[in-house]
Amino acid sequence: MTDTAITPDAFEAHHDHAHESHAEHKPGFFARWFMSTNHKDIGTLYLIFAIVAGIIGGAISGLMRFELAQPGIQYLGTWASMLHGGAESLDQSLHLWNVLITAHGLIMVFFMVMPAMIGGFGNWFVPIMIGAPDMAFPRMNNISFWLLIPAFTLLLASPFFGAGAGTGWTVYAPLSTYGEPGPSVDMAILALHLAGASSILGAINFITTIFNMRAPGMTLHKMPLFVWSVLITAFLLLLALPVLAAAITMLLTDRNFGTTFFDPAGGGNPVLYQHLFWFFGHPEVYIMILPGFGMISQIVATFSRKPVFGYLGMAYAMVAIGVVGFVVWAHHMFTTGLPVDVKMYFTAATMIIAVPTGIKIFSWIATMWGGSISFKTPMVWAIGFIFMFTVGGVTGVVLANGGIDDYMQDTYYVVAHFHYVLSLGAVFSLFAGFYYWFPKMSGKMYNEFLGQLHFWVFFIGVNVLFFPMHFLGLQGMPRRIPDYTPQYEYWNGIATHGYEIMAAGMAIFFINLIWSLAAGKKAPDNPWGEGATTLEWTLSSPPPFHQFETLPKVD
Amino acid sequence: MTRNQRTASFGGLIVLLMVGLGFASVPLYRVFCQVTGLNGTPQTAANAPGGVGDKITVAFDSNVSPKLPWTFKPERRADTIDIGARDMAFYTATNNADHPVTGTATFNVTPARVGKYFTKIECFCFTEQTLAPGETVRMPVTFFVDPKILSDPDTRDVQEITLSYTFYPVDSGENAS
Repeated sequence: MTDTAITPDAFEAHHDHAHESHAEHKPGFFARWFMSTNHKDIGTLYLIFAIVAGIIGGAISGLMRFELAQPGIQYLGTWASMLHGGAESLDQSLHLWNVLITAHGLIMVFFMVMPAMIGGFGNWFVPIMIGAPDMAFPRMNNISFWLLIPAFTLLLASPFFGAGAGTGWTVYAPLSTYGEPGPSVDMAILALHLAGASSILGAINFITTIFNMRAPGMTLHKMPLFVWSVLITAFLLLLALPVLAAAITMLLTDRNFGTTFFDPAGGGNPVLYQHLFWFFGHPEVYIMILPGFGMISQIVATFSRKPVFGYLGMAYAMVAIGVVGFVVWAHHMFTTGLPVDVKMYFTAATMIIAVPTGIKIFSWIATMWGGSISFKTPMVWAIGFIFMFTVGGVTGVVLANGGIDDYMQDTYYVVAHFHYVLSLGAVFSLFAGFYYWFPKMSGKMYNEFLGQLHFWVFFIGVNVLFFPMHFLGLQGMPRRIPDYTPQYEYWNGIATHGYEIMAAGMAIFFINLIWSLAAGKKAPDNPWGEGATTLEWTLSSPPPFHQFETLPKVD
Repeated sequence: MTRNQRTASFGGLIVLLMVGLGFASVPLYRVFCQVTGLNGTPQTAANAPGGVGDKITVAFDSNVSPKLPWTFKPERRADTIDIGARDMAFYTATNNADHPVTGTATFNVTPARVGKYFTKIECFCFTEQTLAPGETVRMPVTFFVDPKILSDPDTRDVQEITLSYTFYPVDSGENAS
């Protein structure tokens, strides 16, 4: 974030007590929420959607943790016969496990993290931070959101039409082509198509908005880092998602129309699907974390009362992560029989990503150094993010080694790694952003004590939940299997207790959310003081329905 | 066209380009494997260069798709041959069905890194094979191992190459359902 000095007389903050201006003219309930073209309302819809999806995806992970608490199959049979009727069978139980891990992965990636980061906070704050009245294409914005509803419905309905999609979120052929007949997998693939179309439209909208609608004086090199992060994310979406769309379209035609893109019987190659998937999949993991990087930069600067250390380095570190992120995909495929030279390349290229990531971690710490730090809830989440993401980054460097990955592939070590960067990285940044902007979005202050309590309970919970998975992975416990030998029972039991602590933390979050919305103190325009220098803090809380009818001038 | 529409069209163009690249990757990947020998894809040539004195063992492996009612076996488990010299091996295939069946074979070699040095001159796998009910045929393959295998530090320690075939029915449209 730059020192974005704003001339105060160039525009005026709209306050609630000001007389009813055009800026406050809101349509009726149905038109406002179901036909919305207002970036703040669509952002709110995205956030509500992400919270609902997060509850469902989180509940599914709870089912998985309870099954894994002890060796043997405890609950899956009961659940499977509840879902499909009939007597309990082992095959059905094991398939239900596959359905659960698939649903958990797809929901958390496509229907929780992405809608919250890009659709939610991106929609809410990108236009405001660059001094624009709205997104470039407000109606396209509306379609982007509403495409998610049928997509999510298709995914959630798929277990009720057939056996359920148990392909894993990667949808690898040949399991996804002739391994699982029936409509379930088709529905899951179509859900991915729709969610992908939604994200592509959103990405085009963000790129157009950020390139063309910046207020006078808001040059690219003055944009807040959150805007930078969304711009880079939008480009990653634009380049990566169409490749996924092509790959899963080929899956659909292989399944239904007799093509053999991934079937060796007709000259196809299933490994090609993995290449295509991970050409999308690796940029996708940066899509999930880059907006988090942007939010953390805003928050660390705000609560250290200092501009971000090395602003340009921070912006171009994200550009570098985005660019290099496209040429490392085969590190997800080290065990597919790649030649040793290719493995060496992908190992080295992957490790290079640690350099720009290190620049970011260093710069966040340097921002705090000598700053006047206040440990408000958003800041403790941000510091938690930096710590947890670094742990996940370090295990990532371990896994980047082709030789080590031959041992680690598909063990719980990998599960621990990507939950440290996502469940503890992306999710921590989401909570940080949520607490940071909640007063701005709702006009109400959250409860500081409950926010801090939420952080500590959640922090302890997720670490108890995920840290033992490193040990399990090193001992060789394979992922995606509901049963295990009793030697793994100790750490699995502890991990399940971690889930319980984490769930208690989430209960605190929801209590805080409801209490704050109902009875929170009224939020001032800028609750965070002089460290909060971006444009959203010059507006009222919540901002007027239409902001910046006179464009702000940025010096 | 407004400035916003121009930017958005540019974005749409990128999307179309990447979708196209996604589909184009199917033939591109095949060509890439053929040229570089990736995934143990053998090469083809018209003539063998002649033996250079060193020996290597070639083992023969056979697989049949469950959907193809054939028996398919190599006549010998392995040949030890001169590197660079032309060799001929035979597989036998029997159609166990009561109707004519057409099959086609996919092939590769392991270790995958020797794909670029394993060269076929003639192979039954280059064309589709139709067998009458109960018919048994001998299927030849002629090949040589490129002497360059000896100068490549990644492959000069290789002492045995496995040549593997998998026979599939030609009408594979049934796989989808």
